[in-house]
Amino acid sequence: MHAIEKILARASGKKEVRAGEIIQAKVDFAEVNDLYLQSIKSFYEMKGTKVWDPNKIAFILDHYAPAPSIQSAANQKSMREFVKEQGIKYLFDINAGVCHQVMVEEGIVWPGMILIATDSHTTTHGAFGALGTGVGATDLATIMLTGELWFKVPDVIKIEINGKLQTGVMAKDVVLHILSELGTDVAVYKAIEYTGSTVRDMSISERMVLCNMAVEMGAKTSYIIPDEKTIEYVKSRADYEFDILETDEDYKYSAEYIFNVDNLEPQVALPHSVDNGVDIQKTLEIKVDQVFIGTCTGGRLEDLEIAAEIIGDNKIHKDIRLVVIPASKEVLEKSIEKGYIMTLVKAGATITSPGCGPCLGTHQGLLAPGEVCATTSSRNFPGRMGSTEADIYLVSPATAAAIAINGKITDPRYYIKNAKVENK
Amino acid sequence: MKDVIRGKAIVVGKNIDTDQIYPGRYLELVEPEDIARHAMEGVDPNFLKRFSKGDIIVADKNFGCGSSREHAVITLKTAGVAAIIAPSFARIFYRNAINLGLPLVTCANIIENIKEGEELELQLSTGCINNLTLCTEIKGDELPPFVLEMISYGGIKQYYIQKNSEK
Repeated sequence: MHAIEKILARASGKKEVRAGEIIQAKVDFAEVNDLYLQSIKSFYEMKGTKVWDPNKIAFILDHYAPAPSIQSAANQKSMREFVKEQGIKYLFDINAGVCHQVMVEEGIVWPGMILIATDSHTTTHGAFGALGTGVGATDLATIMLTGELWFKVPDVIKIEINGKLQTGVMAKDVVLHILSELGTDVAVYKAIEYTGSTVRDMSISERMVLCNMAVEMGAKTSYIIPDEKTIEYVKSRADYEFDILETDEDYKYSAEYIFNVDNLEPQVALPHSVDNGVDIQKTLEIKVDQVFIGTCTGGRLEDLEIAAEIIGDNKIHKDIRLVVIPASKEVLEKSIEKGYIMTLVKAGATITSPGCGPCLGTHQGLLAPGEVCATTSSRNFPGRMGSTEADIYLVSPATAAAIAINGKITDPRYYIKNAKVENK
Repeated sequence: MKDVIRGKAIVVGKNIDTDQIYPGRYLELVEPEDIARHAMEGVDPNFLKRFSKGDIIVADKNFGCGSSREHAVITLKTAGVAAIIAPSFARIFYRNAINLGLPLVTCANIIENIKEGEELELQLSTGCINNLTLCTEIKGDELPPFVLEMISYGGIKQYYIQKNSEK
């Protein structure tokens, strides 16, 4: 069995489960964000009265933080009331940040657990060897009701990534490249395991980016074998006892892909699909109106660090708006302490409160028809960040920072000491 | 739930994501009737004009990719979409559709064989799709028993209410 199958077997009280089988499994933790008042509606529509376990549920107000409209404010108010009434232990209100980052910082994520949330990017938690997956509001309501959910045991695809990334090339570039090679449906209803020397060398933060975008290939969940780095991180956040479940040697992956990233260039995904990734050299003259650094894909401390390092004493280009949103309160605090926020503000950046911001087209920097945005977020679908007539390019935080200075798509290595690129 | 669904085909492309099915700017809406007014706006702002209640959406691969928003299914179901046929569906969309009782049928070569406006007859238990306009038959995948059962209840809410009342 694969480690993911072992997680599902444990949770369903079975010795063994196999890909394709539909099982009923116990969930370790469930999380609802502020898009999904429907979860509460469905809970009551299913005749729910008390949630299954108030200690294993979080409500997190991250997509509309703070509320930009009366309706979203009313939805959040209903959620706060539900949390209070049900005695739910965790309410992460509008100051907390993006759910996937907050859950990790709060020590709620550990290897081998099943974490279900009303957010597709819950695949992020594969970086910790957890089974994280996104569901809709009513699925989440059934968990609040019963603590369980039906799962189809997934086939697993192995993606091996080897080689040493050049300075200025990040996990975001790696995953955009993989998407451009494999497409958006390579893993529909499957899981992705990332392995290889590049993954082992990556920080926790960078591994989270790889796993985050697994859902853009259709994956149900993702997985990285927990190593010393994982265990050290999890132990630093919470006092959990957990076993590392290992994949059996005779396990047969449904597909295996091998990538070497020694010579990988920074990548840019052109509008309007995440698998439109190309080498940055092919896009250098494209002018940009807005740069967005933030979200569960690109708003962590390391992301703001490289952005601040690249921007340095430069000012952002006169024709650019740079919106920066730290992924969490902790990221905001630390990036203030380390001076990154000051660097970015002095350069002309607009900093807004931790949360999802404009990533899903609700507020804090939407796009007008005809505008172009370069963003560290995960999706460039038509209308994702405002007008359907706007163009969204997906880039790494390093590339985003270089674009902010230069006003057009720019290779970040130009601004990095000791990097190879010589010309703009 | 009827096993046989008849309706006119409305054809859309590949990778129709949930932002196109239901743009993010409307996510704060909560009433199904309000949500239904914005169905497929990101695919075609005039979609609801070319659509009649009971029509069947025929899509290319990976329909419903993207976010977990249940609004994407609520908007289609409340607008009156009877079923969706595509070579593949994104996972969360698939779950949401089953949970809300909207039938989805996977069929590898559907897009080559159906044109907009053609009259279809779809049998859920066998996955057979009859193109009544051309008098041709296309074989899709049959729905798994678990899914058929869920859809026969009209979705997971009714399923749970019924199951709990039987206890």
